[in-house]
Amino acid sequence: MKTLLVKRIRCVSIPIIITCILLATVLAGCAPAATQPAATDNTSALSTAFPITPGTPRFKIATTTSLYDTGLWNYLEPMFEKKANVKLDIVYAGTGVALEYGKRGDVDAVVVHDPEAEAKFIADGYGVNKRSFAFNHFLIAGPASDPAGVKGLSPDQAFKKIYEAGIADPTKVKFVSRGDNSGTHSKEKLIWQAAGLKYEDVQKSGPWYVEAGKGMGPCLLMASEQGAYILADISTFLAFKGKVNVVPLVDQGELFLNVYDVIEINPDKIKTAKMLPTAKAFTNWLMSDEVQDLIANYGVAEYGRSLFNPLKGGGCTEAGCPKLEDYTVPVK
Amino acid sequence: MQEIWQALVQAVNLIISLDPEVIQISLRSLYISAASILIAALFCIPIGALIHFHDFRGKRVVINVVQTFYSLPTVVVGLFVFLFISRSGPLGGFELMFTPAAIVIGQVILIMPMLTGMTIGALSGVDKAIRDTALSSGASTTQAMRAILFEARFAVVGLLILGFGRAISEVGAALMLGGNIRGYTRVLTTAISLETQRGDLVLSLALGIILIGIAMVVSVIMNILLQRY
Repeated sequence: MKTLLVKRIRCVSIPIIITCILLATVLAGCAPAATQPAATDNTSALSTAFPITPGTPRFKIATTTSLYDTGLWNYLEPMFEKKANVKLDIVYAGTGVALEYGKRGDVDAVVVHDPEAEAKFIADGYGVNKRSFAFNHFLIAGPASDPAGVKGLSPDQAFKKIYEAGIADPTKVKFVSRGDNSGTHSKEKLIWQAAGLKYEDVQKSGPWYVEAGKGMGPCLLMASEQGAYILADISTFLAFKGKVNVVPLVDQGELFLNVYDVIEINPDKIKTAKMLPTAKAFTNWLMSDEVQDLIANYGVAEYGRSLFNPLKGGGCTEAGCPKLEDYTVPVK
Repeated sequence: MQEIWQALVQAVNLIISLDPEVIQISLRSLYISAASILIAALFCIPIGALIHFHDFRGKRVVINVVQTFYSLPTVVVGLFVFLFISRSGPLGGFELMFTPAAIVIGQVILIMPMLTGMTIGALSGVDKAIRDTALSSGASTTQAMRAILFEARFAVVGLLILGFGRAISEVGAALMLGGNIRGYTRVLTTAISLETQRGDLVLSLALGIILIGIAMVVSVIMNILLQRY
């Protein structure tokens, strides 16, 4: 009986001890972090992880992957946080998903690059105050041997050639598509259309057309592995240069223009969007001379050229560039 | 192959140099997953015991259903929880989307079936002989139950470690519900996913090594404590 009693005591104590250990690990988590001379902010790790007290308001944005993966947001984030006294929470996703977060009210602003989808987003009443703040270009990259012979062609001619060569010999010529409703994917569809092809037909035309369903970086790695052609934005391509075996083959063409826009979520439609004043300040800040100059110089040291071109001073002169008021008139 | 060696070196460097961002991310991973396993255990061990100690119609079916959900894909959990806690979802008012709490919810749901099912399994493993001995030596049913629970302690701790492992290593729910926000919801797995996307394969691997290191420390500590009892 005695041993059973001892056992019973242990029986009770063990779960309690395990619970305590787990609690201790949770609590221990905050101690060292709190004594750290601040990693990215001054709050302790615990309050960062589980903000119980209402502290600095959190301003959430969803941004396209190319702006995120190149590190531009990491660079700009602390500046805006300091200026506006908010915590800037940046979620990255393809344009399609980013707009979906916007529609559901999970973010307060979106930063995207798909003119058609953006127009629909605004027409449906989800977004207001669209402004452009940067641009760059897409390019078609592929194996240096260029089996489809597209070097120097226009974007649509190049796509047509890749299509024909891909159908003729899918072992030699392949094309990797994002296939994820991102801005780049939309641009790809637009170029197929310009080449006189229906996207659905291209999609089903054979094993040469590879739908990856991944972000730009993984797609570049995939194209590199398979010796495939790919449509990529110049910034991600430069960031991956040296890691991939594909080279730029077509980099001139009106169709390649890539404009980045910021859109605020409309509180009249999305009742939970409470950060409109901050979103406005954010938009105006992106258009400010200060940030435009930072964008102009971002990546120069590392890649020998800037990854994104600012719109300030009317630098974008091609057909399809945003109108002057779209990047100069502050949001009120 | 070169990368694996480089990753090992970088992992050691990150640990020795106490890289503040890596430490913050690691600690966040640790306590988010610890919170998940703690909450899940509070529910699942009693539920598992309840199912085990009671005979009722359809018991087999319940166990089968629970076991089926062992294979719950993390992305599906992420999507499911997302639809609930997204601001336009039924629980939108709590504003949980893209917070660490959202990740905990996802992970709890993810590991609950496993914890429940394995609690039942662990108790079944000790059942018969102990129960009979306890009862024949004059113990009440409650006492017998406690004796069984006690005998199952190794298996229970084992499944806690397993649940912790599943929580800390999953990426689907953490990425979808937390959003991998720097300094807020970034955990080791989502950081690995991001660095892979960015093409920094060595850093990704190094973070993976750190994750394994944390899992090892946790399981060693649990086992040492267990051996004392």
